[in-house]
Amino acid sequence: MSAEPLLEVRDLKVSFRTEDGVIPAVDGVSLSLSEGETLGIVGESGSGKSVTMMSVMRLINDPNAHFEGEVVYKGRDLMKLTRDQIREIRGSGIAMIFQDPMTSLNPVYRIGWQIAEQIRAHEPISKQAAHARAIELLTAVGIPHAAQRVNDYPHQFSGGMRQRVMIAMAISCHPDILIADEPTTALDVTIQAQILSLIRKLRDDFGTAVVLITHDMGVVADLADRIAVMYAGRIVEQGDRRDVFYDAQHPYTWGLLGSIARLDRPKPRRLSTIPGLPPSLLRLPEGCAFGPRCAHRFDRCDERPALLAKVGEGHLDACHLDIERKKELRETTIHPELIEEAK
Amino acid sequence: MTGSAGPPAADLPADGSPSATSSAATATSPVTAAATSGANGEGMLDGELLLRAEHVTKYFPVRKGVLLQREVARVHAVDDVSIELRAGETLGLVGESGCGKSTLARCIARLYPLTSGTVVFEGQDISRLSRRKLRPVRRELQMVFQDPYASLNPRKRVGAIISNPLRIHRRGNRKQIKQRVAELLELVGLSPEHINRYPHEFSGGQRQRIGVARALALRPRLIIADEPVSALDVSIRAQVINLLDDLQDELHLTYIFIAHDLGVVRHVSDRIAVMYLGKIVEVSPGEELYKRPIHPYTEALLSAVPIPDPDLATERQQIVLEGDVPSPITPPSGCRFHPRCRYATEICTQQEPPLVEHGTGGHLAACHHPLDGGAAE
Repeated sequence: MSAEPLLEVRDLKVSFRTEDGVIPAVDGVSLSLSEGETLGIVGESGSGKSVTMMSVMRLINDPNAHFEGEVVYKGRDLMKLTRDQIREIRGSGIAMIFQDPMTSLNPVYRIGWQIAEQIRAHEPISKQAAHARAIELLTAVGIPHAAQRVNDYPHQFSGGMRQRVMIAMAISCHPDILIADEPTTALDVTIQAQILSLIRKLRDDFGTAVVLITHDMGVVADLADRIAVMYAGRIVEQGDRRDVFYDAQHPYTWGLLGSIARLDRPKPRRLSTIPGLPPSLLRLPEGCAFGPRCAHRFDRCDERPALLAKVGEGHLDACHLDIERKKELRETTIHPELIEEAK
Repeated sequence: MTGSAGPPAADLPADGSPSATSSAATATSPVTAAATSGANGEGMLDGELLLRAEHVTKYFPVRKGVLLQREVARVHAVDDVSIELRAGETLGLVGESGCGKSTLARCIARLYPLTSGTVVFEGQDISRLSRRKLRPVRRELQMVFQDPYASLNPRKRVGAIISNPLRIHRRGNRKQIKQRVAELLELVGLSPEHINRYPHEFSGGQRQRIGVARALALRPRLIIADEPVSALDVSIRAQVINLLDDLQDELHLTYIFIAHDLGVVRHVSDRIAVMYLGKIVEVSPGEELYKRPIHPYTEALLSAVPIPDPDLATERQQIVLEGDVPSPITPPSGCRFHPRCRYATEICTQQEPPLVEHGTGGHLAACHHPLDGGAAE
C-alpha cells in the first residue's frame, strides 16, 4: 500500500445533545483509506457507521451535534473547511450514495436534469454537454435505452434502476472516493448482486476508492480489501478481509458471522444469534460495550478494552480475551453446525 | 372491487383457455403427490391437508380516464397458481419484488378478492365468502407483515395493538384479555411490562415480535409471514427466525413464509416454491432445492445470495441476472423467464412450459431446459 492514505479519519468523535442527555454516536473512530482501496464498515443499526461517514462528508448540520477529531483528505482537514470549500469536495472529491434510492432523488425533476445539475455545479460546461454526459453516465451504469430514459421521472424507474441512477450521479464528477451507505439493503438479492458487481466494475475501471457500509458480512466478503467492524460507536475489530473472516478476534464479529443463514454450509438446526439488543448509547455499559451480550465475558471486561494489534500488523481488535483461548471459543460461535455434527 | 373482478373472471377462458388449462391439469396432480410423499417422508408433519389453492388468479385492472375509468390493461399479478399446504409444515415462497408472492399470500388470506380460482381452507371454500362469514376463518389464518414500522399503529399502545383481535372476536372479558396479552408478550420474548409502551419505543426486531404476538393472539393454525425479516439487521434476523421456529414447535403452527432471499427460507421451510412473474416455476422439498435446483431462475437466485467467505465468494461463478423483472402488464410470451434466461432457445419464447415432476421426490419445475438434463417424464 502507498505510504500516504487518501483519506484519514483521526479519533473522530460525534455526539448529539438531546433532551435525555448526550449521545456519543461515534466515540473515537480512526480509519484510513488508500487510493483505489475498498473499505467495508460493518455493524448493526445504530452502531455509528453511517454517522461516521456522514461526518466525513460534513452532512450533519444538526445544531446539537458536536464534532471532535480530524478528517484529512489530500492534506486538508475537512472538519475545518468552510461550507463553500466542502461543497467543492463533495461530488468531485468524495461522493456518497444512500440506502434508500426512493427518497434520494427528487420526484418532480427528470433524471437527466438531476444528473446534469450536479455536473454543472462542479464544471463549467453547457447544458447540452451536461445532458450528453448524463446519457453517457446512465449507459455506463447499465441502464438500457439511456437516451430515452434520461427524460423519465424517478417514479418510472424500479428500485435497482434508481440505485443505478444514484451511482451515475455519484461518479459524474470522477470522485476519488465513493461512499456507499447500505446501497443494497432496500433491494432484492438479485438486484443486490447487480449493484455490487457494478460498484466493483467502476472501482476497477476508474480506480475509485470505495467505502462500503453494510450490516451484512456477506456483502463485503468479496468486495472489501479491509474491513472495520463497529459496535456502539467504536471500532471493535479492523483488519484485512481475510484476517477478519478467517481469524476474527472479537466475539461480536463471530456473532455477525455466525448469524448469517449460509448456503455454502450444511443447514444447522438453529441459527446462532447474538443475544439481546444493541445497548442504548445513553446508558453505555462500563467497560466493554459488548460485554452484556457477550457469552465469554469475564472480570477484565469491566475495563474498556483498547483497539490494539495483538495478532498481527494491521489487524486490530478490542477484546480482553486471551488469543489462544479465543481460537477454541470462536469455532463454536461461528460454526454451530460443525459442533452438532461432531456430536 | 367485487364488481370489477367479475368481468375478467368471466372472460378468462376466452383468452387463456388452452394453455392454462392443460398446464394446470398436469400441474395439480403432481403437486398433490409431492405434498403426500413429503408428508410420508417426514414423521413430524401432522399430514392433514390444511389448505388447497387451485388455479388462483389475480389481475389488477389498470384504469384510465376521469369519469369512465376505462380498463386499459391488466396487471397479471398471480396467474393460475395451485399449491397445497399440510398442517404443521412450512412452505417457503421465494421470488423477486413484483413476482406476485405477496399478492398470492393476500389472496390466500382473502385480503384481496380472487379474480378466479378457489382457496379451500380446512375443507371450506373461502374464496367467495362474505366478510361476515370470513370472520371465523380469519381467526385461524393470520398474517405478519414485512415492515414493522408501518404495520403497527404508532398511536396505539402495545397492549391495545395485541388485544385488538381479541376484542374484535370477543375473546374473554377485560381481565382475561389483559392476562392473555401478557402471556403473548412473554411468548415472543418481550417483557409483560412493555404493555403500556408505544411502538416507537421499540427497535425493529422487537416491533416484529409485537407483530408476531398480534398474529398469535387468536391461536391461529396458519400464519402467513410476508417477508418478516427483510427489514431487519442480520443479527436480529436470526433471532426472529429462531423465534418463529420455536413457536411452530410449541403451538403446532403452519407457516407460509415469504422472502426474496433463499438463504433465509432454507432455515424455516419444509418445502419451497419459487415464483416468477405470477407463476410458480419450481416447487421442491427444502434441502433438495439447494442441492439440485432445476429451474435456471432458482439457480440464479441461489447464486445471488452473498457468501460470507472471501475465498469461496471470489472462487464461485456468480450468475448475475440482467435487468429487472418484466412488467406483469404484458408478461413475455412462452416461458416468462426467457428474456433473462441464459439457456433460452426458440421454444421458450413460444410455449409455456408446464410444471411437471422431476424425479420422484416431489420436486417440480416448469422449464424447457431443466438443469438436471431433462429428467422429466
